[in-house]
Amino acid sequence: MTMTCLETIQAYGLRAVGIGENLLPKTDFTLCQQFTLIGSGMIWNLYFGTLALAFGFFLANAVAVAKAARNPWARKSAEWFIFVFRGSPLFIQFFIAYETLVLLPRSGIDILGITVQTAWLTKAWAGALFVLFLNTSAYAAEIFYGALRSIPKGDLEAADAYGISGWQRFRRIQWPTMLRLGWPAYTNEAIFMFHATTLVFFASFPAFRQMGDALYYANYFADKTFNPFIPYPIVGFYFILLTLLVTGLFGWVNRRLNRHLPQNTRAKIRLRLNLIR
Amino acid sequence: MFSFCADPKAIEGLSWLACYLSSAKHLAFYASFGTVLLLLFVTAPAALAFGFGGATAARSHHLLARILGKTYIAMVRGVPDIVYFMFFVIALDQGIEYTKSLMVCDGGEWPWQGLEFHVCKAAKVPLASSSPFWHEAYGFMLAVVTFAIVFGAFVANVLYGAMQAVPRAQLETAEAYGMNHAQVFRRVLVPQMWVYALPGLSNLWMILIKATPLLFLLSVEDIVYYARELGGSKTQAYEYPHGDWRLWYFLVLLVFYLVMTRASEGVLGRLAERLSKGQATAAGEAMRKAAA
Repeated sequence: MTMTCLETIQAYGLRAVGIGENLLPKTDFTLCQQFTLIGSGMIWNLYFGTLALAFGFFLANAVAVAKAARNPWARKSAEWFIFVFRGSPLFIQFFIAYETLVLLPRSGIDILGITVQTAWLTKAWAGALFVLFLNTSAYAAEIFYGALRSIPKGDLEAADAYGISGWQRFRRIQWPTMLRLGWPAYTNEAIFMFHATTLVFFASFPAFRQMGDALYYANYFADKTFNPFIPYPIVGFYFILLTLLVTGLFGWVNRRLNRHLPQNTRAKIRLRLNLIR
Repeated sequence: MFSFCADPKAIEGLSWLACYLSSAKHLAFYASFGTVLLLLFVTAPAALAFGFGGATAARSHHLLARILGKTYIAMVRGVPDIVYFMFFVIALDQGIEYTKSLMVCDGGEWPWQGLEFHVCKAAKVPLASSSPFWHEAYGFMLAVVTFAIVFGAFVANVLYGAMQAVPRAQLETAEAYGMNHAQVFRRVLVPQMWVYALPGLSNLWMILIKATPLLFLLSVEDIVYYARELGGSKTQAYEYPHGDWRLWYFLVLLVFYLVMTRASEGVLGRLAERLSKGQATAAGEAMRKAAA
């Protein structure tokens, strides 16, 4: 029994989140099946990347400000946070997080008579997201810290001259300038982040009921067909699309951040290489 | 290793720990740190060579070489490199076996038949009769070549940019002295490009260090493999029974990587200073003024 491509999409389009046909294809492995299942796996890559970046943005701002702070406690702890997460492989971070989370008592922890469930933390959707969130925060914090340090001296002197200080000065002068200066590098970090999401199901977090990401399904097909020349290029194709989308979105924000500047001084986003970490 | 380790169940405390940490498996674990370092020290020059070739090809006068070089540089953009790692290890293996099958098998049929990759027994690499050492060595070699191809593309991009960054006037002066293309390239361009390439290359070295745990995915018995093996809980059937200690083993790996990246930062910082000497850059100018 062969399925038409439309039937395949209906059966497997949302397979990665557990909707549709439960059994993965076992015999024919058509091009349509490979495109559909790998595409369905992209849902997880999008989920991890988007949420980690969204939450990570706030923590990154806080850590960057802490690293630039005068208070030695705030500064030192921010420096260590950044050092540990940037200095070690994400792969090892995933392992450590998973092993730590598995050690939590299975029955949950009693806090003031309320039992807090812990089992969900060992699942990829929560545990891996948490690691990615901390990881992107550390990388982005270093970018924002660098941007914070390269705010032109004159801008701050102008703020002083106008009598703007404290929170007002941060919110209205330092923060927007920091974002503007750091944005091109942050765009690369975002692309990085999406690429890093492919590590989730390859590093300790098991794929529950074969619900995995794009690379998980590509690996499934490569294992079954002994032909790596079709599934991996498909993953590549989806990621090029995703990279273009992210560049477009961040480019739009970049234009907004730079809109008050004369044309020739605007920061341009240069797409740099995206590497594993 | 020690004489008192003969019966591990009878001893306790520090001597148990000494025996435990010097068991044969643990010695293999320590040796696997050597595997990681070996990978780094073989891959780095190999990737540099690939990258140099790619960058040189990308600015060649021949159209075909230029297209090939630029394609190689563009290859790694936009796609997670783990995809390349997964791809190249199988693709290289199949490519090698297929090429060998054309030479040693008769018939030479197309190996991708249905859901199988099939070559005759004589074309297997390594042969099924080879010692386990060759199987491991072959796996490691595939990993090194894969790393070199992927990181070579990153290096090519950095070196291409560095070659473009060498001031035009330097090359024109060399040409005015009557040097030909090869001489300008060898005597002026290559010696001067390193200072521009160093920030990018340093960054790549850090990333290469952090990419080494992927050896585990390429089924090489590296530190991650041993950390999982040794850390997993051991029942009384084992010589040294213990609970799930994987977390501690991974913390050791974490420290190893942190030390590696921190030490590299220091060395690369000093190297940057050395390379800036006598260069037409701000750092080089500052050094000249300080010396004068």
